[in-house]
Amino acid sequence: MSNVIDSIERAQLRSGLPRFKAGDTVRVHFQVIEGQRRRVQVFEGVVIKRQGAGARETFTVRKQSFGVGVERTFPLHSPKIERLELMAVGDVRRAKLYYLRGRVGKKARIREKQQRPGAAAVEAPAETTLAVTEDAPTATEPADLEPEATVEDQVVDAEAVTDDDVEAEPEPSQTQA
Amino acid sequence: MKGILGRKLGMTQIFDEESGGVTSVTVIEAGPCPVVVVRTQAADGYDAVQLAYEPVAERKLSRGEVGHLRSKDVEPHRHVREFRGASELVPGETVTVEAFEPGDRVKVSGIGIGKGFAGTIKRHNFARGPVSHGSHNVRKPGSIGASATPSRVFKGMKMAGRMGGKRRTQVGLTIHATDPERNLLLVKGAVPGPKNGIVEVREEKR
Repeated sequence: MSNVIDSIERAQLRSGLPRFKAGDTVRVHFQVIEGQRRRVQVFEGVVIKRQGAGARETFTVRKQSFGVGVERTFPLHSPKIERLELMAVGDVRRAKLYYLRGRVGKKARIREKQQRPGAAAVEAPAETTLAVTEDAPTATEPADLEPEATVEDQVVDAEAVTDDDVEAEPEPSQTQA
Repeated sequence: MKGILGRKLGMTQIFDEESGGVTSVTVIEAGPCPVVVVRTQAADGYDAVQLAYEPVAERKLSRGEVGHLRSKDVEPHRHVREFRGASELVPGETVTVEAFEPGDRVKVSGIGIGKGFAGTIKRHNFARGPVSHGSHNVRKPGSIGASATPSRVFKGMKMAGRMGGKRRTQVGLTIHATDPERNLLLVKGAVPGPKNGIVEVREEKR
């Protein structure tokens, strides 16, 4: 890409967005303009894809609303996104989760990435030992769990969560729930 | 008549901080263009402004080009074009993107992307034939005329052939923003030509 276009796009990038990927659960506070009024709409669901690069990057969030699957695509750097919260980090093996479209109910669940006590301790020292059990989503069967996250994973996780904390939530425990 | 020569750099999108909306824009690096000649009705029989664009080493131009620019006291430039229409410009002045303002309506001309030898479906929007039941008429042009009368094919019949690579003008565009520091024009919408293609941006009267 041309350097000029690159710099135009870089100037529009937003900072302070949490690091997230497909499989993560996010809460998007999106401004909606209705005539003269503008209000904030919250859309919470699973990120099924991230697409594009630079200022043109978008992400698609899928949720079930009254039994109907709803997908919404947001420009990642849109000024209309008032706040973007990372609610949960998913454990998935692909970048595009289109397979969720064909699934409903229990099959449409995404396992949550397990954090080791050490990782949780970095941002929430008060609940060091309890962190693991608290983090474990009700949906996950313990037998399926990987015993240990690799050291690398752990670092990434910790960063992602702390990023989010700085950005949005004052209480760390709430972010994890 | 406002006009400027430039180079299409490509497309991107711009967020509007107010509404949060997104606008697709073409980024054009335009000017500075020195005025070489001003044609007038009285002297030349028509009104026009001749602009030069993109300074270049003298050895890269033909002697005719060098001689023409030198006789008008203009540095060697790669591209020289005339823009029809009366103008207050005088030779020696320079046209920059500051001539345009956001909201100006413009038309942009350039050599469109060449598509090579294209069939009638792509080139003339013909419909295709049936694909099953033994049909071999899938992308064929079909009948190109009658038989013994007139026993020839009429001129101008739409057939396969070279497509694109010709000068095209996109009208109805607007200037979204200008950047005098970097000589940039951001035009809302798409303009003809490949990236790094030369384009003429002219004001559009309506």
